[in-house]
Amino acid sequence: MTELSPLSTPASSAGAPPPPEIIIELRDIHKSFGNNEVLKGVTFSVRKGTNAVILGGSGSGKSVLLKHIVQLLKPDRGEVWVRGKRVDLLEGDELDALRLSIGYLFQSGALFDSMTVYENMDFILRRHTSLTPEERRARIEETLDWVNLRAKAPNYPAELSGGQKKRIGLARAIILEPEILLYDEPTTGLDPISVRLVSDLIVRLRDERGITGVAITHDLLCADIITDEAFFLYQGRFIDQGTLDELRRSEHPLLREFFVGATGSPDRKAGERWQ
Amino acid sequence: MAFRGVVSDDLGSFRRAVERTGELALFTATFFRRFWRPPYEGRELINQMDEVGTKSFVLTAVTGFAIGIVLSMQTRGTLMRFGAEAILPSALALSVVKEIGPVLTSLVLAGRLGAGMGAEIGSMRVTEQIDALEVAALKPYDYLVVTRVLACVIIFPILTIWTDALAMLGGYLESLLSSGTDYRVFFDTAISSLRFHDIIIDTMKTSIFGFIVAMVSCWLGYTVRGGTREVGQATMQAVVVSSLLIFLADVILVRISITFL
Repeated sequence: MTELSPLSTPASSAGAPPPPEIIIELRDIHKSFGNNEVLKGVTFSVRKGTNAVILGGSGSGKSVLLKHIVQLLKPDRGEVWVRGKRVDLLEGDELDALRLSIGYLFQSGALFDSMTVYENMDFILRRHTSLTPEERRARIEETLDWVNLRAKAPNYPAELSGGQKKRIGLARAIILEPEILLYDEPTTGLDPISVRLVSDLIVRLRDERGITGVAITHDLLCADIITDEAFFLYQGRFIDQGTLDELRRSEHPLLREFFVGATGSPDRKAGERWQ
Repeated sequence: MAFRGVVSDDLGSFRRAVERTGELALFTATFFRRFWRPPYEGRELINQMDEVGTKSFVLTAVTGFAIGIVLSMQTRGTLMRFGAEAILPSALALSVVKEIGPVLTSLVLAGRLGAGMGAEIGSMRVTEQIDALEVAALKPYDYLVVTRVLACVIIFPILTIWTDALAMLGGYLESLLSSGTDYRVFFDTAISSLRFHDIIIDTMKTSIFGFIVAMVSCWLGYTVRGGTREVGQATMQAVVVSSLLIFLADVILVRISITFL
């Protein structure tokens, strides 16, 4: 296998914030859990108002990478910049303020299962805004209309399908009108119709609300719809980046194998390489 | 080689136990740093007090009533052999209020609440709901842990008084049916044997038991990693560790109260 080297260079030098058009920048991120080094020097930047997609096989470190952007995890080494702030150094109210400008769609939806759909959204609004109950209701209904699920407001998460949970999760993630949305496998486990529905919503968020998105996925149908720039992560390092078409045309053997695996039969040793 | 393997396994387990104890100590220290600071989760605290208290009333009532009857039956036989049946209400009151009521109530609640908290918070962890609270700046520790711990600290003594009362009622009914004891004689004798200080100290120690049950169970749920199997293990450990720590704390608290009070 070819030796992997860190790809992409940061927009600014170490310690200095990135230029304003770069809303997210990760610089030389290393992260280990015990002896397992998951991220081995990841660097990447996301331009404001675009959708960046991180592709890669299972266990390549995609979710770990995404969690660094909201400090659900802290890097062992490296810098995380979001909206000109060093996220990995933020604490307390400053961290809370930054998190409120970021929405996060979790793989499972992560809806609070002891609350109805309405309460899931109202809980966040009540805590973080000074809206009256009527204003909160109007905001919730408008957001649920946007994902076309207003009728589900009184339901509990257990009563929703997988696709509905993702759409409600998306509605909850945008209820505070964030600037950035992080999507953790937004379409995994969904049927093709739901994949298209969720993917179209992600595109509309970018086009209609100017929300910057970072999605991690291995669903190529979703990636086809939402990607402005794609990054390919393999064993904790980026091995290529560009538009999705550029990645598809890449001569890199791992990328060729990834895209072949999505449409045809990979060779017998592929299982070992993509563990 | 085999011996070295056993020693290394034991050292590994010992190190892991020390690490986990340290984690629990830090988790507990976080409570003392946070519980008096905003945001105050009043609504959730009331929910949890309802969950801990109202829904445990029947369980603790049945436990107390049954214990009162059994204690009365067992003690009567022994006292009759010494011709001391008259002190049965006092013996019953002292054993129930000073030891059996607080410990038994706490153990029963450790079973119900420890399992419930461990499973609920553990499930929230593995389904990323705690992460969702975190990224929405909703301070999951305050919302989930502080409220549950405070609810247990407040409710355990109340439920203990309730259990004690039901145990005395059970004891009285047994005495009435066995020897036709007058209720005034029974309760006058029982109450006169108790000092106010006994009732307060021995009931209030259950606040510490409540703190232990909630803290251990929340910690095991909060730090769970993996899936449903690990949540199951955390749930079981919550009950076992809480119960053992209740016994340990009881020994220490009784020693302290005898020495200093």
